[in-house]
Parts: sequence; structure tokens; C-alpha cells
Amino acid sequence: MPLIMGMSMLLACQFLGELMSRGWGLPVPGPVIGMVILLVALLVIGNVPGSLRLAGEGLLRYLTLLFVPAGVGLIAHFELIGNDLWPIVVTLVVSTAVTLALTGRLLEHLNRGRKRRVER
Amino acid sequence: MNIAALDQLWVYLSGNPLLSLLMTLVAFAVAVRINRALGGSSLFHPVTLSVSMLIGLLLLVDMDYATYFEGAQFIHFLLGPATVALAIPLYDHRDKVRQLLWPLLLACVVGIVTAVGSTLGLAALMGARPETLLSLAPRSVTSPIAMGVAEQIGGIPSLAAGLVLLTGSIGCVVAPWIFRVLRVQDPAVQGFTLGLAAHGFGTAHAFARIGAVAGAFSGLAMGLTGLLTAFILPLLVRLAGIG
Repeated sequence: MPLIMGMSMLLACQFLGELMSRGWGLPVPGPVIGMVILLVALLVIGNVPGSLRLAGEGLLRYLTLLFVPAGVGLIAHFELIGNDLWPIVVTLVVSTAVTLALTGRLLEHLNRGRKRRVER
Repeated sequence: MNIAALDQLWVYLSGNPLLSLLMTLVAFAVAVRINRALGGSSLFHPVTLSVSMLIGLLLLVDMDYATYFEGAQFIHFLLGPATVALAIPLYDHRDKVRQLLWPLLLACVVGIVTAVGSTLGLAALMGARPETLLSLAPRSVTSPIAMGVAEQIGGIPSLAAGLVLLTGSIGCVVAPWIFRVLRVQDPAVQGFTLGLAAHGFGTAHAFARIGAVAGAFSGLAMGLTGLLTAFILPLLVRLAGIG
């Protein structure tokens, strides 16, 4: 039973999220709103029920598998990708590297500044 | 058994969701083994490997994507509850998140503007078509969000999903190297950066390679980036005058 209870809690949050997203025409997808709902609920309750942890951490352990079906969808766009191959490849590599470098540096810098203030 | 019977069997099986579901799971299990045998290199990420294997297989047996997806959708569906479940590691590390709230928010906005700005700028400079451009724009956010945003700004949702995936695997390959060169050592910072630039891939990588703290921050970055991008991107695209 715990697995069923945990899965129901996750799906219920997603369902509420979908309702809010569709009902109010928000640009944010239902599961993300569901995540916010669950986080607020956990903060109110003050602990993570065992059944929820069982189902949730089980899903998160295999998170990468869940991307495979969408990835195979690339098969439908070979032609379009072929037409714009170099712009796509260069943009993906360079822009990802720049984003990682800049964000990592900035956060490390802010974090060090904060640590120094705390130590003083 | 004669040839005709085998033929009929194949017609039955290839139209049945069972086959593609099984194919996906087996391909992933094989990919994980191969990845382990190669020393866990993120260049041969299990997802990249299994996606290439499955695409090869579909081309080989001449099965179209819609038929494949009928079975694979059961796996795809679990992305929803898995996204909701990201609230659990976030809750576990709430104290650390609270301490770092403002730096994280600032880094998130800077990261999104960098990602979208450099993507649109570079791709436009190299002469990409408008529909490619608009499908590339949301590439650094998790696929369910990217698909929604791509549709909203006039890109192609399923192409966006594929580009998101490529971004994720590229991010996991270059991140360890960038962290080493720039001496970024804090696991929380590494995780957050990975989640911001490489969404779910980065989060999975952070959980598996760096640890639970990195994973929690990566999940936070992924959610935050997704939320903020859904609001910021349509504005940026309008500012840049495309779409």
C-alpha cells in the first residue's frame, strides 16, 4: 500500500497543478505548479510521509530513463535538423558552455562573499 | 513454423504498445551497462546511447514514431509525477536553500538571460531558420516546460524536446571540465548550475555523480528556471523582434 499512497499524493498534486494551469491559462506547466503545491504542503506538515518518499525517490532515481521516449522524437525532425545542422550544433555547445561558466562563476563569487561576511 | 505465421506475428506485435515499451526498457538497461563498462563517461550518457539505439532500431524495422510512442508513452507519462517529486529533495535541504535564496534567484535570472540571449544571438548570426530559432530558444529548461513555451512563441514543440535533450547531454559533458577550469568546488553551486543549464539531465547527473545536496540544488534550479523562463522567454522573444 505505501507505494500506492505515495503515487496518489504525487498524482494529486500534479492534477491540482494541471487544473490551475489550464483553468487560469498560466504559461507554467501543471507538473511544475504541482511541485510548488507539494513543497508548500510539506512545509506546512513539517515532515515527508514515508510512502511519499518511497514513491518520489523511486521515480527520481530513474529520472533519466523518463526522457528517452521524448528523445526518440528527434527521428521526426532529421530533415529540419539537417538543414540547420551547424547553427544548431555550434549554438548548443557554445551557449551551454557560456551559461554554465557564467552562472557557476557568479554563484561561487556570491557564495564566497556571503561566507566571508558570516566568518567576520 | 512457416514464414507467413512469423509475418503475422510481427504485424501483431509491432502494432502493440508492449513491444515499444519493452524495447525502451531493454535499450536503457543495455545503455546503462555500456556506460558503466566505459567508465561512466558522460560523453556516452545512457540516455544519449539508448535514444540513438532506439532511433537506429526504428529505422531498421521501419516503425514510425507515433506507433513507438503508443507504448513508450507509459514511461513518458511518469515525467509528470517525477517533476512533482522534486519537491522532496528541496524540502530536505530547505535550510541551505533559505540561506542562499537571493544569490540563487540572481544567478537564475542571469543564467536564463545568458542562455536565451546567446542561443538566439548565435543561431540568428549563423542563419538558422525562424522555426529552428524559436524551437532552440527554450532549450535549457526541462522538456515539458520547453514544449509548452516553444508552442507559445511559435516554435515546434517536439523539435524543442529533442534540442532540450541534446542540450542536457552536452551540458553534462562540458560541466565537469568548466568547473575544474573555473575552480567551482561547492557541491551546491555545481548542482544549481547544472540544473539551470542542463535541466533534468543535469539534475540526474548531479544526484548520481556529485551527491544529494547537489541533486537538491539542481532540482531547485530546474524548477526555478522552468518557472521563470515560462514568464521571461515570451518577453525576450518579443524584445528581439522575432516570431
